[in-house]
Parts: sequence; structure tokens; C-alpha cells
Amino acid sequence: MSTVIGTTGLVKRYGQLRAVDGIDLDVRPGDVYGFLGANGSGKTTTVRMLLGLVLPTEGEVRLLGEPMPKAARRVLPRVGALVEGPAHYGHLSGRANLALVDAAGPGGSRRTRRARIETVLEQVGLAGVGRKPARAYSLGMRQRLGLAAALLRRPELLVLDEPTNGLDPQGIHEIRDLLLQLNREGTTVFLSSHLLAEVEQMCTRIGVLDRGRLVLQDELARLTSPTGATIVETPEPDRVRAALDGRVLSVTAGRAVVRGADPAEVNAALVAAGVPVHGLALERPSLEAVVLAAARTSSDRVDAPGERSRR
Amino acid sequence: MIVVELRKLFRRPRTWVTIGLLNALPVLVAVLLAWTDLAPRPGEGPAFLSAVLTNGTLYPLAALAIVLPLFLPIAVSVVAGEAVAGEAQGGTLRYLLARPAGRTRLLVAKLIAVVAFVVVTVVVVAGVGYVVGRLLFEVQPTGGTALSGTSLTSQELAVRTLLAIGYVTVSMLGVAAFALFFSTLTDSPLGATLGALAVLIASSLLFTLDAASSFAPYLPTRYWLAFVDLFRDPILWRDVVRGVALQAVYVVVLLGAAWANFTTKDVTS
Ligand SMILES: Nc1ncnc2c1ncn2[C@@H]1O[C@H](COP(=O)(O)OP(=O)(O)O)[C@@H](O)[C@H]1O
Ligand SMILES: [Mg+2]
Repeated sequence: MSTVIGTTGLVKRYGQLRAVDGIDLDVRPGDVYGFLGANGSGKTTTVRMLLGLVLPTEGEVRLLGEPMPKAARRVLPRVGALVEGPAHYGHLSGRANLALVDAAGPGGSRRTRRARIETVLEQVGLAGVGRKPARAYSLGMRQRLGLAAALLRRPELLVLDEPTNGLDPQGIHEIRDLLLQLNREGTTVFLSSHLLAEVEQMCTRIGVLDRGRLVLQDELARLTSPTGATIVETPEPDRVRAALDGRVLSVTAGRAVVRGADPAEVNAALVAAGVPVHGLALERPSLEAVVLAAARTSSDRVDAPGERSRR
Repeated sequence: MIVVELRKLFRRPRTWVTIGLLNALPVLVAVLLAWTDLAPRPGEGPAFLSAVLTNGTLYPLAALAIVLPLFLPIAVSVVAGEAVAGEAQGGTLRYLLARPAGRTRLLVAKLIAVVAFVVVTVVVVAGVGYVVGRLLFEVQPTGGTALSGTSLTSQELAVRTLLAIGYVTVSMLGVAAFALFFSTLTDSPLGATLGALAVLIASSLLFTLDAASSFAPYLPTRYWLAFVDLFRDPILWRDVVRGVALQAVYVVVLLGAAWANFTTKDVTS
């Protein structure tokens, strides 16, 4: 099995609107895949198609090597999901909610249910919630309970749509650590987010969605690989220009960017010319710059007809 | 899955509150009758009510006749309308389907839970009616009187009461099918419930209209009160049989439509 999630030419049309417009996702075993996109770019619609909730207008979805939604009954017990926020039966306790959903489908052994529930509640930090009904939970607790439900059957794949919504910074940190730990233990994680920083901190591979189109899909390390220039930190950046004439790409306060992917060589040249050097680093593009270059305007914008070619 | 749905329905306090409220009206009526001794004259008011003062064993039937026109269909519409749309509105539908519960399985489980609700509700109404009738009214140990004047043994009466309970249940299944179908169309449980009630109100209204007589026999509420015919001597089977057949047609068609819709729709709730 070489792909965990594979889509080919996936399209979802709502009337005139192509919410998802021909995307070819390729998520591999062991990835932490960041599915980035502005609000309204089609992330949730894609996730719903992966899980068989929304039926594609065109194209195919393969999950864990099997076609969806045809093989849903075989595949989905091996997948944990969080789609557009958690949802629970408000009058039941967290434990009762987990037990109910676990009993509602195949692949969740009744014998081990109680133990599994305790394990996942521990993992998401809800072990002490007791019997209070889910409707009395805070937003963050609900999000944790939703994540617990996704983890209940030790899935091979986690599909998480905006999993940190509603969590405070401490909670976000905990969840990130939990997901990374699960990933180290072999779980492939697919997470959608509109937050660049979140994706940059966690993910090994990213896909960028812009108004339904996948405009970028690559390893994070490759996207932010060195540009071939070196950043020089110096109190006298203007003297860099004199020392390395023709190689200086830009000069700002305290900083000069020099062509050349060998900081040692740059350093030697500058020291030889007597320029004080405080620091040297390879220049890497920020993920933000990469994403902005690939995607254009924010898709929340509703411009007058004609200004937006695609709609 | 079926067990899960039954558990969800019957562990929910609201279900029992609904059933409790449903029983309040027949109990109130019984108390008033016993207190004042003023029964409606034969042929007036809900069926069987005129006879209960002299024979309390008829009260289960009177209780069913009291709730049948409005209370019972409302309760059934609420529960069946909630079935799928309630999960959609609460957001739990997507998690059930991603579990995966299977769309057909989920619908069947919902259907069975709704049927169970109908049966339990009708039986509880009849049971409470029985207890109330025994406590508040005179009981003739020899059985009762058929509407046609001849008398029935208590055994005959018991059998016919069971038949009547079955018939009322079947009549309510038609209501449940309407509400369940609407429940797969919308994400609003209230909308589904009101849709089913609108159908019933329209049906009751058209039934009184001469201009609608051409299709009156096919109106879903047309034969609801035919259970009274089970207490004639001999039993007047014609309307009872037609009523069951008509409900069966409605149930099959509407459930087919509900299934076709639910198994192919986008779940965007
Ligand atoms: N059920 C629907 N009917 C019509 N349009 C929809 C529906 N669901 C989503 N859309 C539209 O599809 C686009 C993508 O939505 P969505 O997938 O929710 O984006 P995201 O999750 O990235 O914010 C949006 O323009 C949204 O308005
Ligand atoms: Mg979304």
C-alpha cells in the first residue's frame, strides 16, 4: 500500500460552484499531512468526500488502498475522523457517548470497549470528567471528546478537520504532542487547517487548497529548502556590498542577503575584508511566502461578478 | 445498531415525558367522568366514552379514542421526525455515518426504534386506561356490551381490545412513515414533524369535504377510527382491512422514498 489517501480528479459541484475542483491528493504512510486552505476553500467538503458523507460529482477516492464510498464498511473502522467540530448527545456523559458511537458500527469489540474508552480519555486529558453530561462541557472539552472518539479504535489513519478549533494555546500544544506521538507509533495523520503556523509546526507534507484547487503538494522540507542565498547579520550591511560586489541581493538594517549557498565561504570573504559578522544562515523561504505565492486572494472575499473569473 | 437506537430512544428522558403527557388527557377525562358521573350521550364525544361509566373495562379503548385524533399522531410525528433530522441538526449524523453505521442500517434501526416507540406508547395508553378504568369505574365481571347491543364475554372483549391496539399501532405507522421520510429530506427535526402533521391535518380536513370525495378513500386518516368496528357483533371487518392495507401502502411507498433519498444524499450537516 503506497498511498493512504489517494484521490484522482476529485470534483464536487454545488450548483454553479465548484467547491472542490479536480484535486489529486497523495497522502503516504507515516505522513503528517497538512491540508491548508483559507476558509471556504473546500477543505471540509474534501474531508466529507474522503469519508463518504458527500458523494463526489466526479473523480475517485481511495482510502487505505480501497475505493470509497464502496468499501466504507471495511475501511472506515480503520479511520478516525473529526469533521467540522465535534458532536455529541448532550444529555449523555462523555463515556456514554463514546460507548454509543463505538457500538454503532463494526470493528469495535464490546469486550475491550470499557478499557479502550478509559485509555483514550486518558490520552486526550479527560480521564477525570466523571458523569456530567456532554452539554455541560466547555468547547475545549468537547473538542477533546471528539478526538477521543476518533482515537477509540486505534485507527491507522486520522482525518482531522480543523482539530484545534476552540482549544486554548495549552490545549493546542497538548493535542499537537499527542498527534505527533501517535504518528511516531505509526498512525498517518491528515489534518486540515487554515492556520499556517499550526501546519508548519506539525506537518511533514502539505497540500494547499485555493478555491477548490490543489495548488501545491509537497514535502514541507522541500518547500522550505535553502534558496541558494546566505543571510549575513552585521551592524554594517553596506560594507558587505563593497566586499562582495555583485553578489549582494538585498540590504536591510543589520542584514544583507548574499548569493552563495556556502556560509563558510561567505564568512571567509567578509572577514578577509574586515567586515564584522554577527551571524550567518542559509536563506529559506517561509511557508507563508510559499503559500502566498501559490494561492492568490482570500477566498472569503465576495467580489462583484466578473472580477472573479472562476465563479 | 438496532440496540443502540433503542437505547438512545428509551434512555432519553424526553421519550418518557412524551408518553407521560400523552396519558394525562385520558386520565383527566376519567377523573372528571368518575367525579361528575356525567358521561357523554351515546354517539357523542370520543368513542366508547359513553359506556365507560357502566363498564370500566372499556376504558382502554376510550383512552385510545381520546388520544388518537391529535395527541398520539403528534407524539409519533415528533419522535419519527426527530429520527434522522435530529441527528443531522445535532451533528451526530456525520459521526454515525463515518463510524460507519451504514446508511441503510441506520435507517432500518431508526425505523425499528420508531415502531417500538409507537407500540410502547399505544400499549402504555391502553394499560393506563385499563388501570384507571378498573379503579374509577364499575367493572362488569361478565364482559361488556358490543356497540350493536349484544353482550361480549370478557374473553371476547380482551381479544378485541388487543386487535384494536394492533390496529391503532398500524394507523400510527403511516404517520411515522411520513415523518421519517420528511426527516431524511431536511436537517430540521421541527420541519419534519410539522410536515407530517400538515399532511394529517390536510387529510382530516379533506375528509370532511364533499368536493374531495373522489380521493377520500385514499386519505391517510380515512380509516383511523375503524377500530370501533371491532366491537360490533359480528365484527365489521371491511374498513379495518382497508385501513390496514392503506397504511401498508403508505408505509411501503414512503419508506422506499426515504431509503432512496437517504442512501444517495450528501450529508453536509
Ligand atoms: N451544502 C453546500 N451547499 C452549497 N455550497 C456549499 C455547501 N457546502 C459547502 N459549500 C460551499 O463550498 C465551498 C467550500 O466549503 P468548505 O468545504 O466548507 O470550505 P472550508 O472547509 O475550506 O472552509 C464554500 O464556498 C461553501 O460556501
Ligand atoms: Mg471547514
